[in-house]
Amino acid sequence: MTDPDQEDSQGGLRSDGRRALELRQIRLRMGVFGQADGSAYIEHGNTKVLAAVYGPHQPKSNISRNSTKAFVNCQYSMAVFSFTSGERKRRPRGDWKSQERSAQLRHAMEAIIHLELYPRSQIDIFVEVLQVDGSDYCASVNASTLALIDAGIPIKNYAVGCTVSLINKLTTEEEEDKTLATGVLDANFVEECSPGVTLSVVALPETNNEVEVDGSGLIVVAHGAGQRLHLSRLEALKKRALQGCQDIKEILDGGVRHHLTANLLPSFLHNSLE
Amino acid sequence: MLTTKVFFRKTKGGNIFKTVREHYLRDDIYCGFKACKKCKARSRDLVLDEEDTVKSSLIPLSYVLILDTNIILDQIDILEEDVITNVIILQTVLEEIRHRSSNVYKKLKNIIKDSKRKFFVFINEHHRETYIEREPGEKINDRNDRAIRVAVKWYNNHLSFDDYNIKVVLLTDDVENRTRAAEDGLFVLSMEDYITSLENSSFLLDKLSKHSYTLDIQSQELFPCHLTPIFVQGRTNLNRAVDGDIVAIEILPDSQWSAPSEIVLQDEENADDADDADDVSENEKVLAKTSLLKTKEKIPTGKIVGIIRRKWRQYCGILQPSPIKGNVRHLFVPAERKIPKIRIETRQAEILSKQRIIVALDSWPRNSRYPLGHFVRALGNIGDKETENEVLLLEHDVPPSHFSDAVLSFLPKLPWVITEMDIAQREDLRHLDICSVDPPGCTDIDDALHCRNLPNGNFDVGVHIADVSHFIRPGTALDKEAASRATTVYLVDKRIDMVPELLSSNLCSLRGGEERFAFSCIWEIDSDANIVNTRFCKSIIRSRRAMTYEEAQLKIDDATQQDAIAQSLRGLNQIAKQLKKRRLQNGALTLASPEIRFQVDSETHDPIDVEAKKLRETNSMVEEFMLLANISVAERILKEFPECAMLRRHPEPPQSNFEPLIKAAKNQGFIINTNTGKELAQSLEESKKESNPYFNTMLKILATRCMLQAVYFISGMHQPEEFKHYGLACPIYTHFTSPIRRYADIIVHRLLAVCIGADATYPQLLDKKNNHLLCQNLNYRNRMAQYAGRASVALHTHLFFRDKVQDEEGYILFVRKNALQVLIPKYGLEGILYLSNSTSSNSITFTYNSEDQSQTCGNIVFRAFDPIIVQMSLDRSNIQHEKLIFKLVKPEIPDFSVPPLNKETVNIIEGDSIKETLKRKAEIQQESINIHNKKAGKKKKKKKN
Repeated sequence: MTDPDQEDSQGGLRSDGRRALELRQIRLRMGVFGQADGSAYIEHGNTKVLAAVYGPHQPKSNISRNSTKAFVNCQYSMAVFSFTSGERKRRPRGDWKSQERSAQLRHAMEAIIHLELYPRSQIDIFVEVLQVDGSDYCASVNASTLALIDAGIPIKNYAVGCTVSLINKLTTEEEEDKTLATGVLDANFVEECSPGVTLSVVALPETNNEVEVDGSGLIVVAHGAGQRLHLSRLEALKKRALQGCQDIKEILDGGVRHHLTANLLPSFLHNSLE
Repeated sequence: MLTTKVFFRKTKGGNIFKTVREHYLRDDIYCGFKACKKCKARSRDLVLDEEDTVKSSLIPLSYVLILDTNIILDQIDILEEDVITNVIILQTVLEEIRHRSSNVYKKLKNIIKDSKRKFFVFINEHHRETYIEREPGEKINDRNDRAIRVAVKWYNNHLSFDDYNIKVVLLTDDVENRTRAAEDGLFVLSMEDYITSLENSSFLLDKLSKHSYTLDIQSQELFPCHLTPIFVQGRTNLNRAVDGDIVAIEILPDSQWSAPSEIVLQDEENADDADDADDVSENEKVLAKTSLLKTKEKIPTGKIVGIIRRKWRQYCGILQPSPIKGNVRHLFVPAERKIPKIRIETRQAEILSKQRIIVALDSWPRNSRYPLGHFVRALGNIGDKETENEVLLLEHDVPPSHFSDAVLSFLPKLPWVITEMDIAQREDLRHLDICSVDPPGCTDIDDALHCRNLPNGNFDVGVHIADVSHFIRPGTALDKEAASRATTVYLVDKRIDMVPELLSSNLCSLRGGEERFAFSCIWEIDSDANIVNTRFCKSIIRSRRAMTYEEAQLKIDDATQQDAIAQSLRGLNQIAKQLKKRRLQNGALTLASPEIRFQVDSETHDPIDVEAKKLRETNSMVEEFMLLANISVAERILKEFPECAMLRRHPEPPQSNFEPLIKAAKNQGFIINTNTGKELAQSLEESKKESNPYFNTMLKILATRCMLQAVYFISGMHQPEEFKHYGLACPIYTHFTSPIRRYADIIVHRLLAVCIGADATYPQLLDKKNNHLLCQNLNYRNRMAQYAGRASVALHTHLFFRDKVQDEEGYILFVRKNALQVLIPKYGLEGILYLSNSTSSNSITFTYNSEDQSQTCGNIVFRAFDPIIVQMSLDRSNIQHEKLIFKLVKPEIPDFSVPPLNKETVNIIEGDSIKETLKRKAEIQQESINIHNKKAGKKKKKKKN
């Protein structure tokens, strides 16, 4: 995963000891709630997110009652205690940031769900961020994908989120952050706060299967934060982000398969045996 | 493997927050030894081997060093010696240094980068086997010391395979760490033991920092303990602070407040030679007395109670001759007067006493009158021009003149030829009759001009600037070096280039008759000097001829010459005159500063003669077009890049700055209006005196001193109203015309190239913050370059006056309480004529009148702008600071003035210029009869004006 030629003796490691293209430890569980139709819990290091899916069910509002496609309703909220810095968030949801995240989450989910299978119905996705340590939006996309799978809603592909950050420290001697300056994956909170750009990308890895290139995929949502990004750098960042998405997808896929074999298969076998 | 770091943080409000961070531990961090077979590192990470280490008598085998933080912080000068190789720097140590001293950190980083030195950074904090948790109750320093010991231990285990015999040695000056390490069975040494055990170590010993240095005598304490309030004027109040330190002060009660003195302190040479504790120099006593007496001018007075941050650097200076031969302890006298003497230990005093040396400060114990330091290196013999030049470069932070190989590798390969592609991308202007006009001897020609008549009666005028940005591409080592140098530094006999010579004097220089790349700014200008249109292009030009100002002037004046260049020059000159007129009408200031040129001997480079720089019409012609080009470019890049254009502004000085000017002019009966730049320019022009032709120039010199510095800035960082250039009276300005010698121009070239689609942007160019930092560096370097240039002129003036005594005509610039500040226009030189010398016991007393700034002695009155004749000679009694001594010749004051060297010359000068002083003498005599009328009469005079 790491590109050995690009690291430097000291600067090759990030502040938490990872190399530029290494992800944080990802842990996941599916089916954490009994009441929801589907649910999942995911950790990207210290970023911890819970997602629950309700539906498809009869739509609550009149607008989508006669539509030919399912209506996806997303709610993104951050727990008041979620900041690692110890500050308290004033409102868990409804603020500008949460609303924007909700909308973007909806875009991502609409891209993968086979909406045409559920006319005149609604799917609710609730995401609760329990702890924030960078890349929280991407973690919530991953959690939502897992929750949809858990709910048994047909999807086209995994929607996988991954951030890529340019940490250009404002130093004149750039030798040491040459590698980091070309973008690091899965930024934590400290890296997100550093001066530079953080690009959050949601992609459907390996969507165009005929080209088996590293980091191919269809980008669904991308948004940047921080400083302005020079256009010449975008392509390199995109490539890195897509590679990150693919790595995360492998982890999620492994998690899903494990969940299905460990939890569901035995009971199914048990039933069939009876 | 994963652990988490938990720590607590206190906010400004006093709340305590808990922060949790992840900390990944790895198993792919390698030891850096070439011989190690366990680690599968890449070859470029294999830094350490057993060769080339200096033999040490204490360590039998070959060895590598691991350094403790305190060693690096205190002994960085030793580490910078090439002798010390094969060193492991632990990450723990590196981090600690980064937090403690950015200066040392930078130096250390440079050492690490040098592959010959074999310094290896071992990332122990992320290594699975060397990471340790902080134990409950353990201090962070203790934890770090333990981490260092654990890392040493790991290396010992790691390297103990087969017959590989290499010893890992821990160097630390921390006694506790040493004993603990010894308990753990590690090989540990102190820096001093290690250095003394080395072969040929004596020169290193001098550089050993004197932190552990203890005075053997139980000397009394000279200074109060920090934080105990005792008031004594002078040195004690300074309490060991050195210029530049950040200190904590305590405001003294009102009764002890004093005022800054108007006395110009003379060198207190004799006073502080002795090492006695109780001698307060004579001048200080006087100071204490006068300041306590005066009550009305008191300002808050404080004393330093603590030093928050030292800003010690290395200082240049000489050794003070020691009375005892063979003594190893010496006093070092820094060249900069603000810095106290430094006590150092050296065994090479015999040699060093004749040289200029560099010394670093280490500490200042309470019981020592002077701070302790150590010798760093010698520069050369005192009085050598080379040495003195180097001193002034060092003191002004001018980088060394040579370029590194990495920088030179980005230079174009010779022979350099213009390719077809270059021609296709550029406009071909080789057919134009372009010429350049520069001072004589100029090799870095960065501008050339042309002018031709258009069929419609307008002029086609072009300014062609060397296309340096074609050769210096962003992001290369060459670019970075140029950015850090920021400007070419011009000394009298030497030039320290911003870009390597191949570019500055050859490929970029627009030499006559050679094809060169240029960035052209071409206007169509009508006969009233209005710009009809402007365009910019990258071009190829061939300058027909490189001329000096003098040659160009002759060509213009000689009506028989009718060739293309002569006509072109005449056209330019005509437009330039109109431009200048309009600019002055708008309120541009014509300021003056005494500038001189040295005639330098071509062989020895010693100055032979000095003359003031002459200004010709052609000087101002070139200047006008450069201004025009700069303004046009500034407008264009601001339009295209409102957020990140690099511009230059000259802020309007606050009115209080003008007070000395207004006061001085008023004493001469003129009123200077300083409300706006325009009014100032007007009133300066109007203030002329028939009897004193130099008066107007002196006023302008004074006005120049009231100004603030012009600075580079990024347009996004200031309000548009602040873009103004006060001196030039234009709303927007930048530097475009000298990319060979100024880095700001290169940035402007790049921006403009993007505007016209000739080049692509790159991220840093549009990064506002990054450019803002760049501007700060440019401004700092520019200022330093300016100071260095002035210092160089001063140095050469001193060389010139060695073994010379001369009478010269001078003017009084300022009248001080005990001295006159005199300007010698012939040499553009300024000096101080002391009126009351404490050492000489003559009966002459001058009375100082602070109201109208005059000094009176008997019936002779000195006022600002009065012409006098002084005798100049060089005082070489103080070898560190040679200085020019001024003695009064005319007007004569018995027992004070000195006889003229050559009667006749003085008489000739006296004939016209001394008249005024004499005239006033008579006036004053009359006035003194009727003192009461004096003031009334003065008031009338004012009204008249």
